[in-house]
Amino acid sequence: MAPKKAPTNVNFETHPSGYKHLKLEVEGPVAKIIVDIQEDKGLWEGYELKLNSYDLGVDIELADAVNRLRFEHPEVSTVVISSGQDGVFSSGANIFMLGSATHGFKVNFCKFTNETRLSIEDASAHSDQKYIAAVNGVCSGGGYELALACDEIYLIDDRKSTVALPEVPYLGVLPGTGGLTRVTDKRKVRRDLADVFCTLAEGVKGKRAKKWGLVDEVYPSSRFDEAVEQKATELAGSGNANRKGVALDALEPTIEEDSVTYRHVTLAWGAQTRTATLDIHAAKEAIDVPGDKELDANWYPLRLFRELDDALLRLRFNHPEIGLVVLRTHGDPARVLEMDKLLFAHQDTWFVRETTHFIRRTLKRMDLCAMSFFALIEEDSAFVGSFLEFAFASDRAYMLDEDNVKVALSDMNMGLLPMSNGISRLATRLLDDDAALDALKTNREPFAALDAEDAGLITLAFDDLDWEDEIRLATEERASLSPDALTGMEASLRFAGPETLETKIFGRLSAWQNWIFQRPNAVGPKGALSLYGQPESPEFDWERT
Amino acid sequence: MLELDAKIPNNVDLSTDRKLQRALESWQPSFIDWWQDMGPEGFQQDNIYLRTAISVEPGGWANFDYVKMPDYRWGIFLAPPSRDTIGFGDNMGKAVWDAVPGDMRKELRRIIVTQADTEPASVEQQRLLGKTAPSLYDLRNLFQVNVEEGRHLWAMVYLLHSYFGRDGREEAEELLERRSGHADSPRILGAFNEPITNWLDFFCFTMFTDRDGKYQLAALAESAFDPLARTTQFMLTEEAHHLFVGETGIGRIIDRTTDLMQQDKNEDVRNLGGLPLDMVQRFINKWYSLSLDLFGGEDSSNAAAYFALGLKGRYKEQGGRYEDHVALEQHYTYDVVEGEKMAQREIPMRRAMNLVLRDAYVEDCERALRKWNSICKKKGIAFEFTLPSERFHRGQGVFSATHFDPSGNMLGNDVWQAKRDDYLPSEHDVAYVESLMVAEYEPGKIAGWIAEPKAGINRQAFDFPYVRFANQE
Repeated sequence: MAPKKAPTNVNFETHPSGYKHLKLEVEGPVAKIIVDIQEDKGLWEGYELKLNSYDLGVDIELADAVNRLRFEHPEVSTVVISSGQDGVFSSGANIFMLGSATHGFKVNFCKFTNETRLSIEDASAHSDQKYIAAVNGVCSGGGYELALACDEIYLIDDRKSTVALPEVPYLGVLPGTGGLTRVTDKRKVRRDLADVFCTLAEGVKGKRAKKWGLVDEVYPSSRFDEAVEQKATELAGSGNANRKGVALDALEPTIEEDSVTYRHVTLAWGAQTRTATLDIHAAKEAIDVPGDKELDANWYPLRLFRELDDALLRLRFNHPEIGLVVLRTHGDPARVLEMDKLLFAHQDTWFVRETTHFIRRTLKRMDLCAMSFFALIEEDSAFVGSFLEFAFASDRAYMLDEDNVKVALSDMNMGLLPMSNGISRLATRLLDDDAALDALKTNREPFAALDAEDAGLITLAFDDLDWEDEIRLATEERASLSPDALTGMEASLRFAGPETLETKIFGRLSAWQNWIFQRPNAVGPKGALSLYGQPESPEFDWERT
Repeated sequence: MLELDAKIPNNVDLSTDRKLQRALESWQPSFIDWWQDMGPEGFQQDNIYLRTAISVEPGGWANFDYVKMPDYRWGIFLAPPSRDTIGFGDNMGKAVWDAVPGDMRKELRRIIVTQADTEPASVEQQRLLGKTAPSLYDLRNLFQVNVEEGRHLWAMVYLLHSYFGRDGREEAEELLERRSGHADSPRILGAFNEPITNWLDFFCFTMFTDRDGKYQLAALAESAFDPLARTTQFMLTEEAHHLFVGETGIGRIIDRTTDLMQQDKNEDVRNLGGLPLDMVQRFINKWYSLSLDLFGGEDSSNAAAYFALGLKGRYKEQGGRYEDHVALEQHYTYDVVEGEKMAQREIPMRRAMNLVLRDAYVEDCERALRKWNSICKKKGIAFEFTLPSERFHRGQGVFSATHFDPSGNMLGNDVWQAKRDDYLPSEHDVAYVESLMVAEYEPGKIAGWIAEPKAGINRQAFDFPYVRFANQE
């Protein structure tokens, strides 16, 4: 078999003016995302994006469009996702791309596409932007999973178009973007019918699709566009005309051989084996709540987390060898607490609320990174309030036991930034200690290292005599452990507490899909995924595991 | 039960097959309703001199008599078993399948439904042609083609009913619910949604589009699923007549036009009521290119899978055309467009099976063209019909995004727009052809734009009353 591929220099920044595969149209309260994927514009040679099938390049545009709609077009209340190609909505992730990709890339790709699908549901839940999937043709695999992420699915009845999850029968793998979970948990399709559906390669058409709950409405071809338009207008109402959008400018970090530098964030690697450093800087000046006229994407909290989000994505895709990220914060903690006070107090302002949601999503992205995070709380650090979330999101937080090193909580730690499990990081840390959690809820005092350790806010405290050695040993040891075992262990330990649709999706992706993706029955020389589209038939090892 | 056998001639033990009886009980009345609604318009009460298949014995498949079309005895026939083992692909040498293997259900269903859908579709497309038939002989041939396409639907429905359970019954119902050209429930393949409103189109359709059907059926006649192989083998015997209608139809037009040209070398044949040869060429360009689209993508994973599994072979897979029936070692090179230039691409042979089948089709079309050209040559007319390049006017595949002239030269959009009417039937062409379409129902008479056939049907003369109209009896 040919050596597996993965792009090594992915840029996650894009703009509708540079989209290759999507068109974004906004008219009053209704926006349209028209998916028209260019076959010959894949991320690498060797596959064609036929039948509106997608790769990472397409999904980066989709993620950008969904995010931009929230910031740049907050007046929009309904988004219609449709296809610009005749007879095809989307046939999902491109199989030849997956077949030729490294395992690590496939996992990262699926994780990113899942985050994007969840961001659609997030926009619906938190930003009053409802999504409609206007399924005007073939809709299979990831195509149907994209539809599943929408609030409403309308299917064309042209006597042939179906919705389908054909991964099991065609490819010997699972739908990788939450399809199975959303069919049963979100759309409440009965498990036995779901079983039939998920093994029915050709999918389910019109009336039956509606009867089984796989779609919401079915319209004949001649009325389809009109019916979708009407539904979209109904759902949109008058939109949010009072909100004026903010253009998201390009971050344009400085990229060097061993670092990516943004205004407030620096990501660097290479100094220590398989280890990167992530440095986050507090605002240097006081920040204000911007009035309607001064709304600006450079507003510190938004800019900072946009940078962090971009840095995390670059880490995941462009630096797969990095196993440990040492995270530090810098600056005046007072500035962070001021920022938190503003964010908390102005949740009735859409822009502040939207920024808070973005912060929440970025922290979730960090929770889901398959690398170890160690937070180092030292002199000149600013681990307070929302910045303390970086320590909570890390696998370990080491704190220097010095008088001038403090951590503190703010209102932002108390539920506005929940994890995928639906509860705050603080509540997740103190899962079995309601009394301690209650005590902390109102405690705004700074904690020195030993008190912070006692209160469960940090992992370990060391004084300056021990600090250097302890940190060196801990980081060197971490970088030496099996990367697979660490990924599994971290993912298991990070998400204590309640199960949600989101945790189920990611849990199952890691546990089942990523396992199946490694098995010979899928990716061996005779595996179904390897041989898809090849002239030979797959051969399975029939032993059940 | 004997009554059932008389009504539905068959060699599949219908009289003892409870499952098939149950399925047909509800489907047969729906089929008759469909035929009344969508079959040839205006001729349902007339007596037509038709052949009916009543057995697979030599001679049994061609019984000629007068029959009203709704009373036609659509039957179910499988060719006699001819082989015990699979002849190609990964399962070569293993026993053929008498039932649908569970893991092939979706592929076989798709193949059968797609093939089946074309049969009623063509009847629907042609339903108005009877009103403008150039002779009773042609009118009868049209109806023969129509009832046999109906029987081919029966043949495919038999497979759906007998081997695909409830799904199969639902698919069979849907075959009667889709309608050619209907906005909301069109036929599956694009070419089968265009109405056929004149006889030049009809002859081109039966020449080029039905010929695609022949090659698809021939590929399925090799199938490891024995009932499908035997069903399609028998269908091929009937299909031959349809191709004959098309090929000789165009030949007779050329014959007539060249006669007119000989009469007056300087006269535009239009003034003599004939169809100019260059116009015929434009219709050939249109239908040939549309028909090439029906073979599917050049590089097809489905085609590879169908061959690997033994579902669909090549033309004459067992007929000595190929020595290697596994086709894993060879490659196939075909032309592609890369930017502004032509390039070549090599793919494993199995993925190119659509092209391999298409190549056999192209050879067959070339043979017909040689025949037509010999008509011109014999009469000293310097005109040569040619098949347009495979790149020309394609709606599917690697050439579909670029314009080409019939010789295969790449054209810019502007040139294409300017030249289009030189290559394809223009509105004027269509209007002219349709202006000639006037019915001729007198036995022995024929319209002025087409020559009489060399021979009649079933050794009858040309002036035989092939259709007896109800209102004249």
